[in-house]
Amino acid sequence: MTDVLQPPITIAGDDQPQGHDEHHGPTGILKWMTTTDHKIIGLSYTVTSVLMLVIGGLFAEIIRFQLTAPNNSLVSLAQYNELFTMHGSVMIYLFAGPFAFGGLANIIVPIQIGAPDMAFPRLNALSYWLYLTGAITMLAGFFTAGGAANFGWVAYAPLSNSINTPGTGADLWIGGLLLTGFSAIFTGVNLTATIFYLRAPGMTMFRMPIFTWNMLVTGILILLAFPVLTAGLVMLYCDRHFGTHIFSVSGGGVPVLWQHIFWFWGHPEVYILALPFFGMATEIIPVFSRKPVFGYKGMVFATLSIAALSLGVWAHHMFTTGVVLLPFFSIMSLLIAVPTGIKIFNWIGTMWRGQIWFSTAMLMAIGFVVTFLIGGLTGIYLASPPLDFFTHDTYFVVAHFHSVVMALVLGGMGGLYYWGPKITGYLLNERLGKIQFWFLFLGTQVFTFPQYLLGLRGMPRRVPIYPHDPEWKMLNEWSTVGAVMIGISTIVFVVNVGVSWKKHPAGDNPWDGHTLEWFTTSPPPHHNFYRLPQIRSERPTWDYHHPEHRSLGHGTHADEMHSLVGDGFEGHTS
Amino acid sequence: MRRLVALPLAAIVLSGCTVPNFGANKGATTTSRSVFHLWQGFSIGAVVIGAFVCLLILYAVLRYRRTGDDIPKQTQYHIPLEMTYTVVPILIVFGLFAATLVVENKEVANPKTNVNIDVNAFQWGWKFSYPGSSVVVVGQTTQSPTMVIPVNTDVHINLTSTDVIHGFYVKAFNFSRFALPGVVNQFTFRAVNTGTYFGQCTQLCGLYHSLMYFQVKVVTTSEYAAWLAAHQNSSASQASQTATKQQTSAHVPAKYTPSSGAN
Repeated sequence: MTDVLQPPITIAGDDQPQGHDEHHGPTGILKWMTTTDHKIIGLSYTVTSVLMLVIGGLFAEIIRFQLTAPNNSLVSLAQYNELFTMHGSVMIYLFAGPFAFGGLANIIVPIQIGAPDMAFPRLNALSYWLYLTGAITMLAGFFTAGGAANFGWVAYAPLSNSINTPGTGADLWIGGLLLTGFSAIFTGVNLTATIFYLRAPGMTMFRMPIFTWNMLVTGILILLAFPVLTAGLVMLYCDRHFGTHIFSVSGGGVPVLWQHIFWFWGHPEVYILALPFFGMATEIIPVFSRKPVFGYKGMVFATLSIAALSLGVWAHHMFTTGVVLLPFFSIMSLLIAVPTGIKIFNWIGTMWRGQIWFSTAMLMAIGFVVTFLIGGLTGIYLASPPLDFFTHDTYFVVAHFHSVVMALVLGGMGGLYYWGPKITGYLLNERLGKIQFWFLFLGTQVFTFPQYLLGLRGMPRRVPIYPHDPEWKMLNEWSTVGAVMIGISTIVFVVNVGVSWKKHPAGDNPWDGHTLEWFTTSPPPHHNFYRLPQIRSERPTWDYHHPEHRSLGHGTHADEMHSLVGDGFEGHTS
Repeated sequence: MRRLVALPLAAIVLSGCTVPNFGANKGATTTSRSVFHLWQGFSIGAVVIGAFVCLLILYAVLRYRRTGDDIPKQTQYHIPLEMTYTVVPILIVFGLFAATLVVENKEVANPKTNVNIDVNAFQWGWKFSYPGSSVVVVGQTTQSPTMVIPVNTDVHINLTSTDVIHGFYVKAFNFSRFALPGVVNQFTFRAVNTGTYFGQCTQLCGLYHSLMYFQVKVVTTSEYAAWLAAHQNSSASQASQTATKQQTSAHVPAKYTPSSGAN
């Protein structure tokens, strides 16, 4: 167990006498602009997407303050439409996805599989620059005469056509989304190719960390879903400017077709967003429980079935259109609860009889599980068409998906506290981290619970003014209190980054980690590894440090060797 | 655990007499009541499962706090346990699906009724026409139109839109449906209580989306007949009157207060 392989992955030609470009390449801003190093690109992605989180969060705070009174006039009706459209667009298109698969996954996945970089480093750089350009393009709508896009982040036809939304902001929205869409597709290509082809010797598919597994499935889902959105956006642009009638009734088109196209991308997208964060929780919980992930293969199976089912549920967003087959989409949507439930039970099983260390990362991961449980359970209601007729387009739906996405924010913050030290080499302040956690976790619940009740009392989404009703007003005020708490948590995070800047060196392995990223230095060197341990399970670093504590299958005891299920043995190396 | 499957179904059978309402209301139509019972059934399942999982999490985090530097037993698999929490949720899901189908099949359209109303949604208002008579009610933004319907009678709605997508939503009916351009959506409901109910557009439709209100006034059958007869001749002038008013209300008054429905 103690023998250490020399790096098997240094490729001739790339690492020859002229050496790494960290020694001879450009420095400063030029290095940042010309880099193809997945760690620097990933860090750019992370910083940009967290900036987007702050921008989208500011929009959210304005929205919440507008709603504290029934006839508030903080913003005009037109400005309100722009704000919630751009809030949703920034959070979904520019924060959640890019943060996960462009940011943390970009940095961590190659290291977790023992690879020197992504499979296509230049394509990776292109991804980032397309993303940044797309983000600027989309946000530039605010500086046009007609304001930013204002048809909601789903841009339903025919509201999004050139008659109903003539502004340039809408075109910039389409253009920005096309650019970020291509950036996502290229990242999907890169992740899939990297995971299939650049795994270190010994890293079989069933020895990949769950985060890597989830990113593989995310990459495949991106490749299946995003081209559909791109096609739809081109059609929308043609309808707006080139006289086609794909989505307009007057020319023989079908408005609902847009919804089909959009949600055929949009529902896999929900899991493209969620799976990376599932993966982060699945990395954090075992490490801080000092146990292997419980039900590793069940976890992989659950991820694969979520991905498969997610391609057949898009019309549950369209139950109230009256033009889709209700029972099929209902049962498919309900079934997604099963693999999601397996994951939740596996997370609990991982903690069970563990030695749980409540670091900020672990608290965030537990907060993620609880919040996602709430979002998941309320999602089950919406999979039932009669209950969807009842709650569709009300604040119940808003509350449901905010439980889900706020769970992702909790998971993502956990990921930053967990991997931040690996990326920067320095630990974040734990005390501030815990303050941040409690504001974020409790704020999320205070923010969403009144919204569930508002939805059941009939408040529709996307309204800046609402009927005078003391109960609605009270519930809206509470929701705003929650939003303010979430805002405070973000400020605490920014302060924490500033306070902890280059203060407490993390060392290579601050958490007694399981996976390969904890075997290399913090931050990792150019091309990631000077040496690699033997890879004989999904926890090579743990096996190296604790050779006497290997994973146990069902019914085996510590004094026996590995089991039939469980980590692999010599005969199974690739 | 099998009880979890039976509970939602049982709740529907019991008609929710003693079951809490979980934030929803019975509503004013026959279908709104069955939706409400389905809601109760789902809620019981959600609360039971949610509480069970939360207690497991709470127990784990309190019981297994790190006490020392010991490394716990490295258990990774327990096949029977994993099978259990795969199979039981599948059974629950099929139970919920069965309950869904039962309620869904009650929400069928019945065009063979005496009361048919064509609802036309537009930016930003509603037009209710009563085929077979000349009665037309139109109203937008500042004047929300009122749909008058008889109690205990099947009312069949033909819903469409002249421009963008709107959402026909009456909270007291526990029901909404999109008004799509180029498509006529049909549905039927039967109000069981008289009263005035608040309705609103739920699907974003542009600038004045938040002001697209309407009301549904449920009256007795004789009152309905009287209302229909009274408006038979005056409806044309009323409609044109409304149209003139619409021209003058180009912008929305800052302090507009819609009448809240009886829910």
